[in-house]
Amino acid sequence: MEWINAIVQGTLLGGLYALFAAGLSLIFGVMRLVNIAHGDLIVLAAYLGLTTTIALGVHPLVALVLVLPVMAGLGYVLQRGVLNRTLGQDILPPLLVTFGLSVIIQNALLEAYTADPQKMDAGLLETASIGVGPLALGVLPLLTFAIAIIVIAGLQYIFYRTALGRAFRATSDNQEVAQLMGLNKAHVFGLAMALALAVTAIAGVLLGIRTSFDPAVGGARLIFGFEAVIIGGLGNLWGTLVGGILLGVSQTLGAAISPGWQLLAGHITFLVILAVRPNGLFPRISG
Amino acid sequence: MTQSVAVTRSTNASRIAGILALIAIVILVAGPYWAGRADMRLMGEIFLYLALASLWNLLAGYAGLVSVGQQAFVGFGGYMLFALTIFGGLHPLLAIAGAGVLGAAISVPVASLIFRLRGAYFAIGTWVMAEVFRLSFAQVSALGGGSGTSLPTTIVRSLADGRAAREALSYWLALSAALLVLAAVYLLLRSRHGLALTAIRDNELAASSLGIDIWRTKFLVYVVVSGLTAIIGALIFLQKLRISPEAAFSVNDWTAFVIFIVVIGGIGTLEGPIIGTLVFFLLRETLADLGTVYLIVLGFVAIVIMLKAPKGIWGFIVDRYDLQLFPLGYRVQRKD
Repeated sequence: MEWINAIVQGTLLGGLYALFAAGLSLIFGVMRLVNIAHGDLIVLAAYLGLTTTIALGVHPLVALVLVLPVMAGLGYVLQRGVLNRTLGQDILPPLLVTFGLSVIIQNALLEAYTADPQKMDAGLLETASIGVGPLALGVLPLLTFAIAIIVIAGLQYIFYRTALGRAFRATSDNQEVAQLMGLNKAHVFGLAMALALAVTAIAGVLLGIRTSFDPAVGGARLIFGFEAVIIGGLGNLWGTLVGGILLGVSQTLGAAISPGWQLLAGHITFLVILAVRPNGLFPRISG
Repeated sequence: MTQSVAVTRSTNASRIAGILALIAIVILVAGPYWAGRADMRLMGEIFLYLALASLWNLLAGYAGLVSVGQQAFVGFGGYMLFALTIFGGLHPLLAIAGAGVLGAAISVPVASLIFRLRGAYFAIGTWVMAEVFRLSFAQVSALGGGSGTSLPTTIVRSLADGRAAREALSYWLALSAALLVLAAVYLLLRSRHGLALTAIRDNELAASSLGIDIWRTKFLVYVVVSGLTAIIGALIFLQKLRISPEAAFSVNDWTAFVIFIVVIGGIGTLEGPIIGTLVFFLLRETLADLGTVYLIVLGFVAIVIMLKAPKGIWGFIVDRYDLQLFPLGYRVQRKD
């Protein structure tokens, strides 16, 4: 029973990891950019959520009404102001600029909020659970998982059914031709980053309700998201959800063996997949 | 009429730089006789950062392997120093060399896995590896588990008699490590492999059509850099005398600072890491009181340099004055 419980809880945890990964996957798919600051942006969203709940006295999920557009706006400005200038054949500039960004965000949060761990107060939502047979499923993990599915389905819809998605795919396929067709590359990339950071806002707020966080935890979130992307296969959003679930289940199973094995088990699963299926389980595009 | 030309590697500037470098080395070797204890400690740290920066520069600037996980090998080297002296009973100096050999050995399976990731994903893959190393060493209770351990005094004493002698030895070790790394990188770049690396850096497709085995060349660089990084790691923790997973595998200390040093100094040049290290420590010694603000400033400087002057300080000087202190390339000159 303990094992089944670990697998179920891990699956639900995978929903959160898929949310970490979705933004990463989206911007890589559109502009081949890997954002090292992604984890720190998730933590930034959590802190914005915290400040909003305290300042306005609202529930963390309500705070999203504010945090989501702020993060999306930040994404657009960041992309057009800084990141667009780094894109090109050379992979060094985007990597090093987002790395610098990561250090700036981390230390700015440290300066503003100190290193003390913080947590958002979501009241009943944190402890409520539903009994399914002998298992107790937390309402928050269930909600997170449902949100992950809705977000991924939404992204999938935007990508393949809307004009914006067509612009994303066209620019991704061939930037020059897309420009000739009247698309403004800089604007399209800005919108992609805005969308990615909107997802990040959701991930950050859910993270902040689920566990305590401090300015230094961004790196680990980036790594979890990245592992989910690679396990699932580059460019495949539903694959990313599978990747997140595999990672979550490995971690909870590892933790069931010994607490010290929780993170290690997740990394080992990732390395094993990398060894046997270097392109992930369901690759759509090649790296 | 044919014109007579001469092909040379060295220039007047590089010859003068060579002589000045020799003088500087002599003065630095005599350090323990003229420098105070605090200065010696600081200089020792500068030498080790210079070595780390030169190694990362070889990896990222020449081989195109942008790693944000070099702390894996710094920490591994440090832990090997502790393990080989405490459990293996080796003399610390032998243990440092052993850490280098083991660091190179462990990098072979690591490389065979993460070389499957390309470009930016390779970078995050190296970080995952460093996390795996950190979590694994935290599981080894014989080495203090998550809280770490100190180097036993008997081992520290076996290094040299008396504190002054130990500090001098530690200083000389750091200095020779920096010189060894600079010489190794310089000689590698001047060799056939260096030519291959430069070709790969400039155009991978063209390089492979000329018969260069890209995978093997990069693999070789990765293994050499890992081994040398492990040696530097062992030296770092010989200075600190205490190791813990957090300190040993710190991404800020052993990768973020190193990247800033190289980017500010000039990536893809031998001179860049030297300039970058000097600037970095100058900034640190003047701004360190600012704490986190100092790191924010460093981050901004690195971003601005990457956007406005991607070749760094040294690249700017080269463009302006056509200087080259390390004779790597060839120059054609008319003889008359």
